[in-house]
Amino acid sequence: MVDIRIPIGLMFTIIGILISVFGFVTMSNTGMYQKSLGINVNIIMGVLMLVFGLIMLYFARKKKKA
Amino acid sequence: MKVDLSWIDYLIMIIYFLFVLGIGWFLKKFMKNANAFLEAGRSMPAWVAGLAFISTNLGALEVMGMTGSGMKYGMLTTHFYWIGAIPAMIFLALFMMPFYYGSKARSVPEFLKLRYDEKTRGLNAILFAVMTVLASGISMYALAILMENVLGWNFNLSLWISALIVLGYTYLGGLSSAIYNEVLQFFIIVIGLLPLVFLALKDVGGWIGLKAQLAPIAQAKGFAPDAFTTTWKYAGEAGSNPLGVEWFGILFGLGFVLSFGYWCTNFLIVQRAFAAESKAAARKVPLIGALPKMFIPFLIIVPGIIALALFNDPSIDFKTNFPLDAGGKPIYDYTIIMLLKQYLPTGVLGLGITALLASFMSGMAGNVSAFNTVWTYDIYQSYIRRRTNNEEADGKHYLKVGRIATVFGILLSIGAAYIASKFGNIMDFLQTIFSLINAPLFAVIFLGMFWKRTTGHAAFTGLLAGFLLALMHHGLTIPAGATTLVKGGWIAVLHTYPVEMAQNFWTAIIAFTVSTSVTVGLTFVTKQKKSDEELHGLVYSLTPRELDDSHLPWYERPVGLAILVGVICLVLTIMFW
Repeated sequence: MVDIRIPIGLMFTIIGILISVFGFVTMSNTGMYQKSLGINVNIIMGVLMLVFGLIMLYFARKKKKA
Repeated sequence: MKVDLSWIDYLIMIIYFLFVLGIGWFLKKFMKNANAFLEAGRSMPAWVAGLAFISTNLGALEVMGMTGSGMKYGMLTTHFYWIGAIPAMIFLALFMMPFYYGSKARSVPEFLKLRYDEKTRGLNAILFAVMTVLASGISMYALAILMENVLGWNFNLSLWISALIVLGYTYLGGLSSAIYNEVLQFFIIVIGLLPLVFLALKDVGGWIGLKAQLAPIAQAKGFAPDAFTTTWKYAGEAGSNPLGVEWFGILFGLGFVLSFGYWCTNFLIVQRAFAAESKAAARKVPLIGALPKMFIPFLIIVPGIIALALFNDPSIDFKTNFPLDAGGKPIYDYTIIMLLKQYLPTGVLGLGITALLASFMSGMAGNVSAFNTVWTYDIYQSYIRRRTNNEEADGKHYLKVGRIATVFGILLSIGAAYIASKFGNIMDFLQTIFSLINAPLFAVIFLGMFWKRTTGHAAFTGLLAGFLLALMHHGLTIPAGATTLVKGGWIAVLHTYPVEMAQNFWTAIIAFTVSTSVTVGLTFVTKQKKSDEELHGLVYSLTPRELDDSHLPWYERPVGLAILVGVICLVLTIMFW
């Protein structure tokens, strides 16, 4: 019917890029990251989601080819 | 205590909304008849149905309730997982799924019709329909009130918008859309809550630091220093652990009656396995779901335990911001959102709130897709308009009925949400309902599957007797300190339990015991009307052995997977004993 990995992959890729870019832009804003113990969680989670999204898309594509 | 969201937080939510609705929209063209809409055409791969299986269970009440229970009872809350879920999921997969799936029944009530008779099906279908509407109403209310108090969202607006989004994608794509979205929601929930666990643990100095911080708190409450960070160690006596229940209540009440009742008979859960593409896939569904289920405590219970430490830390303002009830105790449902607010900066905060919304939607869609199936097949098709000889016209007609039922199910839930506003701890209340409906049902289905003699009259009476006696028990007992009749004692007070949890466990135990004895007793004095041929595929002794799957690798075999799940669960239990 549909490979659910495609929408999942797309969504996480988009949100991943969005959050990591936001993380880079706000890097100098130490006040904002006081909450998260000085860690820029936006960059970490953004990259993590991007990687997860791309892995999903990769497997969906691989299956389609096969 | 309000927290401000920024444009990026809202943008993340909007992207998520667009994707869930988009999945529904995309699936719309496949919805040609009732079978596609209500049963997903029995075409789901095991891993998709397995993740949906666990995602439906991971609704808003589960996330809010379990984080709150973590703060209230500490690590003992994991009993709801490692003893209160995994054994039942293994049992469902290995012993019950072959009969459920093999019977070709489209719902649990329909299985009762095939195995027993029409009246047993009718009773269960009606109780179930009421329960699903009630449950989704309660979760809708709980989430909307949370969003109103913490994010400043308008209560009516967030209630209606979230309900309408669920309506949108379930109306368009039916069960397939619900299942696909549940898989997406599962990943959003896990990833969205992940930063919280890491930051909170880092903040309290890891597990060791957390233990040290909780020791004086436990002692101040009259427990051993490690009472909040252990599971079975203090289960010998009810009074010596924060849960207030002794090992027998946990093992039999939660681990057997409540858990088997919920996981093995609750249609909104097992419906996901019914949608699997084959019997072999259907048997794997609960096991694939069990793998992540075992680790969910680390995602939602551990942060709750950390909240207890933060609440007692005078150097931060966590306690001053925490909503308290009239008695000065924390309102535990707020635990998760207070933690999100405490640790997550703009950006991942939006992700965390999206995770909460996703958990709400996965639970709600589960209720709705189970409700419309039971309504269409077990109520409408049985009592209002029966099947005709024209299969194609029927498929179209029941598709329309299923769609209308989806709309009405959601409208009724919204109504229930407004009524639900007066109940306190939602998790405990939900437990009460489950124990009243699911425990007798498990007794009856279990006897039906494994004892071919069990008769329809006996099952019906057993179901009813278990339900009524459980209700009476609830009316005759109260938990200590109860102030409302909702908690029990609405007939008279004959017994007082130390905590509400103990009362719930015993209500379930009574429901199960009464149901079993009545069903067994009446079976001996009533006549079996079903022939052995009719019971073929429904009863253990009348069903031929499974096809041999020994040529498959171990992880493709249900038994192999079950052993893996069992071993991991045992290791976790011992690690946190």
